[in-house]
Amino acid sequence: MLANIGFGVLVVSFITSLYGIIASIIGVRKNSLAWVESARKAMQITFPLITIVALAIILLLVTGQYQVQYVYNVTSSTMPLYLKITALWGGQSGSLVFWAWLMSAFTTAVTLRKWERDREFLPWVILVGLVTLTFFLSLILFFENPFVRFWVTAAGNQVISMFPPAGAAPLIPADGRGLNPLLRHPGMIIHPPMLYLGFVSFVIPYAFAVAALVTGRTDDRWIRITRRWTLVAWLFLSLGLVLGSRWAYDVLGWGGYWAWDPVENAAFMPWLTGTAFLHSVMIQEKRGLFKRWNMILIILTYALVIFGTFLTRSGVLSSVHSFAQSAIGPMFFGFIALSMIFSVWLLIWRWQILHAEGNMHSLLSREALFLLNNLLFMGILVVVFWGTVFPLISELFTGQKVTVGPAFYERSTGPLFAALLLLMGIAPLSAWGHSTVKTLGKALWKPALAALAVVIAAFAGGIRNGWALFGFLLVSLVIFITLFEYFRGVTARRRRTGEGWLAALFNLMARNRRRYGGYIIHLGVVLMALGIIGIEMFQTETQGTIPPGGSLRLGRYEVTFTRLDIFDANDGRNVARATVLVSKDGRMVGELHPRRDLYFDSMQPMTIPGVRSTIEDDLYVLLVDWQPISSTGVTFKVFHNPLINWLWIGGFVFILGMLVAAWPDKDPQPVPVAVRRGQAIPSRSSGD
Amino acid sequence: MVEERINNAEKTNRQTLPRWVVGLVFAVLIGFLVLIGLGLRRTQEGPIVIGQKVPYFELKTFDGEVYHTQQMQGKVIVVNFWASWCKPCEQEAFELEEAWQFYKPRGDVVFLGVDYVDTEPEAKAFIQQFGLTYPNGPDLRTRISQMFRIQGVPETYIIDREGRLAFVKKGPFLSVTEIRGAVDPLLP
Amino acid sequence: MIGKTGLLRRLAWLVVLTGILIAVAVEPVSAQQPTPSDDDVNRVAKQMYCPVCENIPLDVCPTQACAQWRELIRLKLSEGLTDEEIRQYFAEQYGDRVLDVPPARGLNWLVYVLPPLFIAGGVWIVARVFRSMVKPSAENAGASLETTPTPSVAEDPYVAKIEEELRRREREGG
Repeated sequence: MLANIGFGVLVVSFITSLYGIIASIIGVRKNSLAWVESARKAMQITFPLITIVALAIILLLVTGQYQVQYVYNVTSSTMPLYLKITALWGGQSGSLVFWAWLMSAFTTAVTLRKWERDREFLPWVILVGLVTLTFFLSLILFFENPFVRFWVTAAGNQVISMFPPAGAAPLIPADGRGLNPLLRHPGMIIHPPMLYLGFVSFVIPYAFAVAALVTGRTDDRWIRITRRWTLVAWLFLSLGLVLGSRWAYDVLGWGGYWAWDPVENAAFMPWLTGTAFLHSVMIQEKRGLFKRWNMILIILTYALVIFGTFLTRSGVLSSVHSFAQSAIGPMFFGFIALSMIFSVWLLIWRWQILHAEGNMHSLLSREALFLLNNLLFMGILVVVFWGTVFPLISELFTGQKVTVGPAFYERSTGPLFAALLLLMGIAPLSAWGHSTVKTLGKALWKPALAALAVVIAAFAGGIRNGWALFGFLLVSLVIFITLFEYFRGVTARRRRTGEGWLAALFNLMARNRRRYGGYIIHLGVVLMALGIIGIEMFQTETQGTIPPGGSLRLGRYEVTFTRLDIFDANDGRNVARATVLVSKDGRMVGELHPRRDLYFDSMQPMTIPGVRSTIEDDLYVLLVDWQPISSTGVTFKVFHNPLINWLWIGGFVFILGMLVAAWPDKDPQPVPVAVRRGQAIPSRSSGD
Repeated sequence: MVEERINNAEKTNRQTLPRWVVGLVFAVLIGFLVLIGLGLRRTQEGPIVIGQKVPYFELKTFDGEVYHTQQMQGKVIVVNFWASWCKPCEQEAFELEEAWQFYKPRGDVVFLGVDYVDTEPEAKAFIQQFGLTYPNGPDLRTRISQMFRIQGVPETYIIDREGRLAFVKKGPFLSVTEIRGAVDPLLP
Repeated sequence: MIGKTGLLRRLAWLVVLTGILIAVAVEPVSAQQPTPSDDDVNRVAKQMYCPVCENIPLDVCPTQACAQWRELIRLKLSEGLTDEEIRQYFAEQYGDRVLDVPPARGLNWLVYVLPPLFIAGGVWIVARVFRSMVKPSAENAGASLETTPTPSVAEDPYVAKIEEELRRREREGG
């Protein structure tokens, strides 16, 4: 019953969005406001409709209606309620519904804004949003229907279909197969929605870009409207990536946080272009330059979002993260091909009117450094893209699979990341228009000296790894420059207004949130870089089999095995849980419990590390193997991950900075020529 | 002065893209799409479909004998992929051997065991344990499994007397009858 | 830029190589043990992938197939093979996909050659853009340098005020 309702509403929402597409096309052709309004209504109706669809699936999941195939595949009776709800995005068809739901929420939110000044954009934005939405709805409807059920025909055959064949009775399995155990982790519950949110919200700037291209209104209006959307998209995507890394570190049990797996890369690539876009739009706002480049970047980002989703879901590339093979590949491929060809054609058609309105004057101006930053991001993108698709190409031409592992990515992107870090330090010191070596040098020498002092201290402290020292130099340089910038701003303000330190800091940030939020983001990035340098260059590990009472040494740590308990947990898994004592420099510092979970329903083992986290390092202990009968002992693998926690701390700072930069203003859409802060200036000065 | 600058900029920037750039952009785009499309088709069906001719391949057994499918033309070939670390493979091992014993006297049915991603000592122990007598050998460089595009073990592919793929089984056989049910229709 | 990346990459290789050499040199302990230690096995396994569990390095993959592979590495190590020889052995047995990076031969060259080429192309385009943009204003750039000796930091009058304040302070201080 519920399944039928859900399916019915799904069909209705598909038809509604189809109608919206037609209405917006008619609206444009006839130049009719009524038709466009109708399309807008259709867009807005899809949101409640898809909400009902999603709620129907959640109800089916929660009530354990195992005759529905999707429910059978992703839940089982032993799963707790919150996992049953979040199983909505635990499988292919459910997560497509979730995708579509977020998509309709975002596009609907966009159509709710005031459009007086941007009337001509409206039908095109609706069109792009609805075409993307319709595409996803059609995937759900025709290939991945979440409401198909099991039936038994009169002849006794088992059938999977939406509606019962004549004379068939429902087949109700006693229990479901349960969610993939890898996904039963808090990080995994929030990680996919964050990624989807990031993906989906990048559709909005793209829709505006298309609207700007089609209507020929290629000033920076579209960029100003979508600035906050871009930031929000970027916030969620970044959050998704950080949470994903944390999940990998906690659950996958290989002592690392990022594996350069195809699916990770699929989410990382739009992030790269999105980050480049975020920086280069500022040049267009400030200087009227790089209009074409911004178009290319946003088109690329949209293409990579769709392409990334395609990679994850079509089974073209194999990965730990991918969904089971499915039939949606060809249709997805068609959509990618069409949207890419259309975007490129549109861009070429409008190439001429996208000319720059200004000029660049100096190689050291901020716009020039931003361009360099874009170049580096594109360099990293090329490496990641090529590494991701190369196995496919190799298999196609030679019939032999190859692996492109982390070593390739690390070696080729390492220098590029280092250059980016350096640029991140210098760029905020340079000025729009032009800077000279002298002005830059003047601003740079104090922080540079301080950074050098840090490196000398590190060297004196016994660090001899040249690359690590270089990394520390860059990291501390950026930190000092950023702090110095804050210091300069605060002292200037204090001098002028006579405020206290905190008030001055607060007001400084409030007055120019985009700029100072950006600095916090930079600070977060360098802290993350610190963590990455720590784990990449100083990670040590050892493995050994030890009897009870025996111990393993790693650096200053000693791990002593005391006991191993093997028992069945009541949520359908067998647990082998070891207890080890950890001592550092001969002093007892704690007890860890690395364990191995074996879920009965999928027979998939999971290795959960025991981790002792401090600000300076992690001791990460894995239970590798054990001999159940003999007493030869238990095999442990121990990682020492220095500085790793700065990766997560940096992540927090990063998100904080983004919230500062992206938090809505009290007046997000100022009237055309607002008089703000007592001065007659264009509304564009609301940010930096 | 601002005016002047804009004019300057327009002079340098207000040009259409050269033809060759447009051509190149579309060529790269289409080329990329074709690659992905081909890759997709490959994952969707694999290189060998039922009814299609199976390319010849060579299997060097653990005993050092070399079997080439070209020399088996006119015979039905049962290609079974297995591995010593694979539990379901143990389920069907006895059945496969029994079926092999049944067909052996006829001489027109060949069994080939292809050992997928395995280590030699364990593989030999597996053969010993289940008393397999038909030719078994490692899948060197995983060539054979990549040719069939197997998704896991066990999988069994049966090639008919004309050298075409006639039957695919993913997962273990449950009984000798099931194996015979697949092979018998291919025999005269 | 390219030369530099190439150089950096070569330097990185050098660092990695010396690192391995040192690690090998300072670890005479393992020679005394009867069988190669788990750490020795993992050192080799870290750079390999087993086709059964894709994208999980061999040293941490929990499946039985991978456990067997690790034992095989141990066996080969005890037979006196070097790390590289073992990698080669595995590549011959199970195909190039067991190696963590494609061996640089045949079509695989593309994976190493194409990204630097692309980046070089990017640098070329950026250089051209710079030149075409900086040149036309070169004649009045000199003038504008004269007229505006201090950089025009931002259009935001508030930030401009801060900058001015700072300059005054510096002048007073110096």
